Amino acid sequence: MALAGAVVAQLFSNQINPYYLDVILKIGWNIILAVSLNLINGYTGQFSLGHAGFMSVGAYTSAWITMQVGPKVLPQGTGIWFHAGPILLFLAALIIGGLAAALAGALVGAPSLRLKGDYLAIVTLGFGEIIRVIVRNIDSLGGSLGLNGIPAYTNLFWVAAVAVICVYVVLAMVHSSYGRGFLAVRDDEVAAEAMGLNTTRYKIVAFVVGAFFAGVAGGLYGHYTLSIDPKGFDFNKSIEIVVMVIVGGMGNTLGVIGAAIVLTLLPEFLRFLADYRMAIYSFLLIVLMLTRPQGLFTWRRRTKPVVSA
Amino acid sequence: MTGFQKFLQQLINGLSLGSIYALIALGYTMVYGILRFINFAHSDVFMAGAFAGYCFARIVPHHSIFGGLAVMLLAMVFCAALGVFIERFAYRPLRGTSNLAILITAIGVSLLLENVTLLIFNATPKTFPTLIPDKSISAGGVSLTTNELVVFGVTAVLLVALQWIVLKTRMGAAMRAVSFNYQAASLVGINNDRVISFTFALGSALAAAGGILWSSLYPSIDPYMGVLPGLKAFVAAVLGGIGNIPGAALGGLLLGMIEAFVNGSRYSTYTDAIAFATLILILLFRPAGLLGKFQIEKV
Repeated sequence: MALAGAVVAQLFSNQINPYYLDVILKIGWNIILAVSLNLINGYTGQFSLGHAGFMSVGAYTSAWITMQVGPKVLPQGTGIWFHAGPILLFLAALIIGGLAAALAGALVGAPSLRLKGDYLAIVTLGFGEIIRVIVRNIDSLGGSLGLNGIPAYTNLFWVAAVAVICVYVVLAMVHSSYGRGFLAVRDDEVAAEAMGLNTTRYKIVAFVVGAFFAGVAGGLYGHYTLSIDPKGFDFNKSIEIVVMVIVGGMGNTLGVIGAAIVLTLLPEFLRFLADYRMAIYSFLLIVLMLTRPQGLFTWRRRTKPVVSA
Repeated sequence: MTGFQKFLQQLINGLSLGSIYALIALGYTMVYGILRFINFAHSDVFMAGAFAGYCFARIVPHHSIFGGLAVMLLAMVFCAALGVFIERFAYRPLRGTSNLAILITAIGVSLLLENVTLLIFNATPKTFPTLIPDKSISAGGVSLTTNELVVFGVTAVLLVALQWIVLKTRMGAAMRAVSFNYQAASLVGINNDRVISFTFALGSALAAAGGILWSSLYPSIDPYMGVLPGLKAFVAAVLGGIGNIPGAALGGLLLGMIEAFVNGSRYSTYTDAIAFATLILILLFRPAGLLGKFQIEKV
């Protein structure tokens, strides 16, 4: 049903002021990024600082497919295949990009199984950087100069559709009886193991699913900005996503969506403060942790707070 | 250059790089040893030291040994104060709460330091003034600059001083006590708060020294200069055994040398990734580090 809404949105997208459209698209993939990170950080309690790395894997992979494989596969001429071709190609590219990112997610999740809190954060950060260095060294992907000329396939339909799917999948997963496992791993890993839960599998699943959507978001991002380079997927980007998750409340999907929207809109409204943005973000982070660690959008008082005193 | 000469040259490069990593790593390891907490903002204290040196260098005559040392001391004092300030206002209120909140706060402090510096000094890298006249000495095909000598010398002095403080003074004994058992230390009358402040001051001062030395070797400073060296120094601390002071020094030197050799090889573009790969390997196979003692909490 929501997918139908997305189609409708796309039909109207041509009438929206291009500037607004730009912002809405940004909101869209920020939602995807934040919700997918929330699955790893918020619901499963694995503090991952490398999310931008997954995004970059998806962006580069999908771009590679549309740019290298596309011209060889797309039929020419008229007819239904000509029109449907790019759509199918993009879909395939996004999915494969997501799968590549998911693979990266499994690779990152695996060694981190034994690590707690601080170490996990640093290792995920390290992985994000390793991915960035590797990408920078692959010349066929443009190296440090970036990859240009990506076909512009992203539009409101795709972003809205993926956002909807992502939110649905995450919510469905977490609220299922299987999904209780994620929360159990977050709240008390030892107890979860004692109850017979395979914490290893839960953590890997969280990383894989989260990374998949981050990769798809990366693909969407790449096919909109038409030019990507490794520097755009660095630690700062990861932190931006982390801030959305924290402000929204770890483990609170609705709150995280709200935070993604707010944190995407705010820089637009406060353009005059653009120089101070990161400084304000960081100050906000500190103040938030000192005063309201459960995030700005959490109202329900849990019996056991996510960040306990 | 022959192979052996290249080897020696890289050895020297590695030692000087490693000395600086060691200085930074000591700060990480001391704070972790006492608080079981990784001070994310430490890398930015390193950067602040470099910038402080940049500012202090203007009021001190250049090209003199004493001027250079004075700048370094001033920067160390400044950063010691900065470290204590950060601990007092950002970390202490959260002591005892979940580790995650402190981690996030540390990230926030790190970003704040970077961005405030960015606002004050703007993003263009600044050139660090030469504090000590830089001459090159050549012996047997291998060259050594006076700056590198200064790095070795200062690091050696600071390491010895640190060992003395930790092993021979009352405060040092208090630091060791708090790192063994936090509660018991306060039970025997140690003022944990003061010990922690002192530890932060010490670590930050060392980071500042590292910052000045780094800027002497690589004179271009910018607000983000601390990120990569800080991360690598953390890896060094883990490599040597986090919480272990000689371990941090050893880890720093080792990592510096590994990096120098990779940098001199065909794979030099992967230099940065080497540090992280090392981290992952260490955490997978020997999480206690090379000199690490058995820790009650498993990593």
